[in-house]
This record gives sequence, C-alpha cells and structure tokens, in this order.
Amino acid sequence: MSPTPLTVGAIVMLAKDDLQAVIDALRQRGYRTIGPQVADAAIIYDDIHDVHQLPIGMLDLQDGGKYRLQPSATAGWFDYVVGPHSLKNYLFPPRETLLSIDIVDGQWQMSPPAPAAEPIAVMGVRACDLAALEVQDRVFLHGPYVDPAYQARRANLFTVAINCRRAAATCFCHSMQTGPAVRSGFDLALTELDEAFVVQIGSDRGAELLADVPCTACSPDEAAEAQRVSEQLAQDMAQRGTASRETAAGEPRERSLDTRDIRDLLLGNLEHPHWDRVAERCLSCANCTLVCPTCFCSSVSEISDLSGEHVQRERTWASCFTAEHSSMNSGVVRKSTSSRYRQWLTHKLASWIDQFDVSGCVGCGRCITWCPVGIDITEEVAAIRQEDAR
Amino acid sequence: MMTETQSHATNPWLPRFYRIAKITHEATAISTYELVWDDATASPACAFLPGQFNMLYLPGFGEAAISISSDSECTDSLSHTVRVVGNVTRALARLDVGDQVGLRGPFGSAWPIDACHGCDLVIACGGVGLAPLRPVIYHVLRHREHFGRVHLLYGARTPNDLLYTNEYDAWRSAGVEVNVTVDLGDEDWGGRIGVVPMLMDRLRLDAAQTRLFTCGPEVMMRFVVFEALARQVRPEHVFMSMERNMNCALGFCGHCQLGPAFVCKDGPVFTYPQLAPYLRVEDF
Repeated sequence: MSPTPLTVGAIVMLAKDDLQAVIDALRQRGYRTIGPQVADAAIIYDDIHDVHQLPIGMLDLQDGGKYRLQPSATAGWFDYVVGPHSLKNYLFPPRETLLSIDIVDGQWQMSPPAPAAEPIAVMGVRACDLAALEVQDRVFLHGPYVDPAYQARRANLFTVAINCRRAAATCFCHSMQTGPAVRSGFDLALTELDEAFVVQIGSDRGAELLADVPCTACSPDEAAEAQRVSEQLAQDMAQRGTASRETAAGEPRERSLDTRDIRDLLLGNLEHPHWDRVAERCLSCANCTLVCPTCFCSSVSEISDLSGEHVQRERTWASCFTAEHSSMNSGVVRKSTSSRYRQWLTHKLASWIDQFDVSGCVGCGRCITWCPVGIDITEEVAAIRQEDAR
Repeated sequence: MMTETQSHATNPWLPRFYRIAKITHEATAISTYELVWDDATASPACAFLPGQFNMLYLPGFGEAAISISSDSECTDSLSHTVRVVGNVTRALARLDVGDQVGLRGPFGSAWPIDACHGCDLVIACGGVGLAPLRPVIYHVLRHREHFGRVHLLYGARTPNDLLYTNEYDAWRSAGVEVNVTVDLGDEDWGGRIGVVPMLMDRLRLDAAQTRLFTCGPEVMMRFVVFEALARQVRPEHVFMSMERNMNCALGFCGHCQLGPAFVCKDGPVFTYPQLAPYLRVEDF
C-alpha cells in the first residue's frame, strides 16, 4: 500500500497495469465501470472490465467532418481525445422513463422510477467533459427545479479523469478555458508518463478507493514531469493564436475561438448574412446537438400500450435543428435551416451565458468532427466577427 | 385518485390529479374546465398568480400548457379555457364532469398587478388571449379603487369566437370599459369590425399613467405595442404574454427559448424591453 497519506490533493504513482486494480476496486464497490474503447471504427464509451479493452496505442485524427483511427507505436494508453460519446450519455441518457401510469379500477395510479441510480464510474474523462458536466449541472440541478433522475445519477458518479497529452486539430478547450489540464470536479485524475500514471486524488471517495490499489509515493521529479505534460500541451495550443495558423498541405487547421465580447457579437448580429451562408451547407441533421456534451434539449412523449391502460412518459433527446422543436399549434417558429443554426450557435455561445452564467461551449470540437459537411463553429464565429454589423 | 406523496415535493415531473367540476362551452371549439382537487387532507393546490399557466395532462395523450383563467382569490378551483387545437385538447374535449385530469403547476411569471395600483390599465387581447387576462379583470373588479381607468380591448375572428360574452355587462357595470371587435361580423353583429390595435384609436390615454397588458397572436401584440408606444406609453410599462412550445415548463427541455429567455420560467409575461431586441427578428 501507499506510503503517502491518501488524502484529497495528494499525488501518488500507479503502475500502468495496476489501472486494472482501480477498475476492480470500483467494481467491488458496486460501480458499473465505463471506459473508452473502439467500436464501429470510433472510440466510444462502453462497459469496461479489463484495462486491455482500452484503445491502447490508438490515435484519432479529427477534422471537420472527419474522424479516423490510426494505431501508433508511440501512442500511450490515452493519447486519443474525445469521441462521439460524453458523460451526457450516462447522466442524461438519450431515452429514459420519467413516469409510469396504470389505470386500476378506473383510477390513474402513478409510479415514478426508483430514485436510486446505479452507481457509474467513468474512466478517461477529459477536462472538457468535466467542464461540460458542470454546465449540465447548472441546467438540471441549479435552476428553480431539480431533475430528480439526473440528480440521483450525478450523486453516484465516480470520475477517473485523464490529463490530455495531445490535442486533436478540432480541440479548442484552451479558448473556452476548460482545459487541457483537468482542474476540478474529479475523483481521481491521471497523467500518463512513459511507464506509469501519476494520480491526483480529487475527493474522499477517490482517496478511499486508492486504499485498495497498489500505488506508490510520487517523487518530486515525477510530479513535475506530470505537471509539464499539461503545461506543454497548453503552451502548444496557446500558440495556435486567434487567427488560423498556416498548416502544411493536407494537414487539418488547428482550431481556436476568439471569445471576446462573444455574447453581444452574436446577439447583435441576428440578421447577419452569414447565417444563410451556413444554411447552404447545413443539413439540419442534428448531429452537432447529439454529440455536444452540454446540449440538453429533450422531448417527453407518451408511450401507451394498445389498451391505453399502461402509459409511460418517456424523455428523449431533442434538437433545435428539427421543426418539432419550435412547433406550436399556430405554426413552427424556426422554419428555415438558417434560423435553426442561428438558434443553436447563439444559444451555445451567447444566450447560454444569460441563462446559466457560463458558455454552453467547452471547446471539445465534437460538433466540428461529427458534422457530415464539416461546419466549424470556430470558423462561423470568425466569419461573423469579420463582418460585424453592429 | 393520486394522494399527495413526498415525491411531489422532490419530483417536478409528477402531476397531481384533479377532477372536472364544471364544463362551460364558451365559443366555437372552446370550453372552460373548472378543476377541483378533492384531496382535503393536503394544502390548497389552487393558488396561482394571474398570468401563470398549468400543464394539463391526460395519460396516453400527453401534456398541454394552458393559462389559468379563473379568479386568483378564489382558491377552491382552477379554470382553464381551452381551444381544441391538438391531440391533448381534443382528448380533453371528450371528457365529462367528474373525470380526472392531471395537472402540474402553476408555472411562469405573472402580470405585475400590484405594481400597477394607482395606474390606468389597457388590457388588449385577441382570441383565447383573453383567458390569461381574465384573472386580471377579476382582480380589478375586486379592487376597483386601486386602479384608474381600465380599458379592455378585445377581438376575435367572428362573434362566435368571442369568450366570456355573458360577463361583459358585469365588467362594464363594475367600471371596466369593454371594447370588442371582430374580424368578420355576421348578420346579428352590431359591433365593431376590425383588428384590436385599431381600438387604441378610441382611447384618450394618459400615457404616463398607462400600463398595457397584451396577449394574443404575436402579430396583433406587435401592432398593439406599436400603437401604445406611438402614444408615448413607456416601453417598461408594456407587458406581453408570449406563446412558445412549452414541453416541460421546468426550463429543462429547451423548446420554449426566446433569445435569452425560457418562456416557461422567465415568462410567459415579459416587459417589452426584455423582448424588443428579438420581436422583429424573423423566425427567431
């Protein structure tokens, strides 16, 4: 066992193969363990029991509308970045039952789902996704109403974060000030070195868990080396600057987003010609909203059996790119693709600040990668800024 | 009958079940449903502020956001004036007295009645837009001495679409100036023909004293507000009740957004300056 006191803020070393002991300790405590792994040519989150399910030695190459996996002899255990899934898939699942109602002797009887949630532990959570978790907390926990299902899952979430060593071309967490270093909101945070992980303890639960994991003391040199990992990446990303940096032919442009005055810039340009230019490319397919780790729109629908005596109220993810989203009996508010893209972008980067006192964008770049036509949030904002009509 | 449980306090998704005490046919495809909560063991569940709305729920059909149209000082029942326009309202129209209706609420912001004491009121509404303003009229009737001149400007498509017609005489005799117009008259119609904003022409307003409450089709409200502002009514004294797609009423579902606002929790009643930057933006 560790010679270092296992307390919040402490840093210890973990041999790479002993990450398995973390999974085992979580499972012993009743957690369902989730981690990154390859499925259908992408890195997604799924149940993980064995560290060898991790995409060790894999890199992801991401660009507007492009995602490719590529094995690399020099890649470590976590050198890919974010895939299409995020914590949202578990805390705010794509489909869930809010309420069941049965008619018994002519009377309606309600049964809400059990408030207790299965404890979930997610491994390999990036700084941007921890930031997204805090954004969704503001929606579901910190408003005038609390969503009980989200609250129950959130209370039982254990996060094993990872400090990114590499950024994809689509990453711009540095612009949104959410990364690349993991700062808070985790139970354990890993930094990968060549031979081991440096583990920072972020919570009492994290400390308690490590009591069952064979970790060792971390030397000042190792701690400094771990710190340099995030600092080096932050420095590299900062050099991207605010303008597009020249890239070699065929290399993807490395993103950044100029957030100066962004709320007033966007809400002051609601009739900007660029909305129509984006709409010429946008398929209104909703992919960006589905992969976005903060997008929270949903619809509740009524699922009834044929007798009509057993009804479930089911919440599913919704998207502002559909007509249904703004549909009233008097008609659809946002009829055009242009108005829907404008809604999404101005909500994400501008009105979100009014609503939740934080940007709705964490700079993960998923909306850029998973857009079938490669529409790029950073480029669209830059285009509006270039012809600011205010 | 669903009894009050601890889960109602912690789960805003749970409806309470009410019973229909009375159904009043109001106009073409419009009825008012008076709902009572017959669980005497719990605290009154009929308290609301004029302008607020409830989510009415019929299992198997879903929920609809409906404004409360009864007297807010009469808390034994809640009335909802409902036009048949969709799935839920069509199912509601098939129900009888004694049937159950699920209800979540009340939700949303209210007309700032108390802040308008001592002022003149112009209440301008169209169609079922009178429903969320009837509680304001009831308040005025109860506290007439708190208000100066009170004008109701009300319009509907045809005489058969006008709401609460049997109450106008009582409102008039209590000191509310009721001005009614229709888009299209019939052979029995002896009143005005034309749109609601036009009724503003008849008023001699003391602009500084006037507070405008408006609810109805957005285009009607835009012209009513235009007429009021042209008569020097101050923008911050203009209040509008907005309609958007309200799916959850809790600020979770995102459908009712109007710029920075969630209409369900920041509205439905807004001041004109809150909405002004967005009202004229097409498809926003």
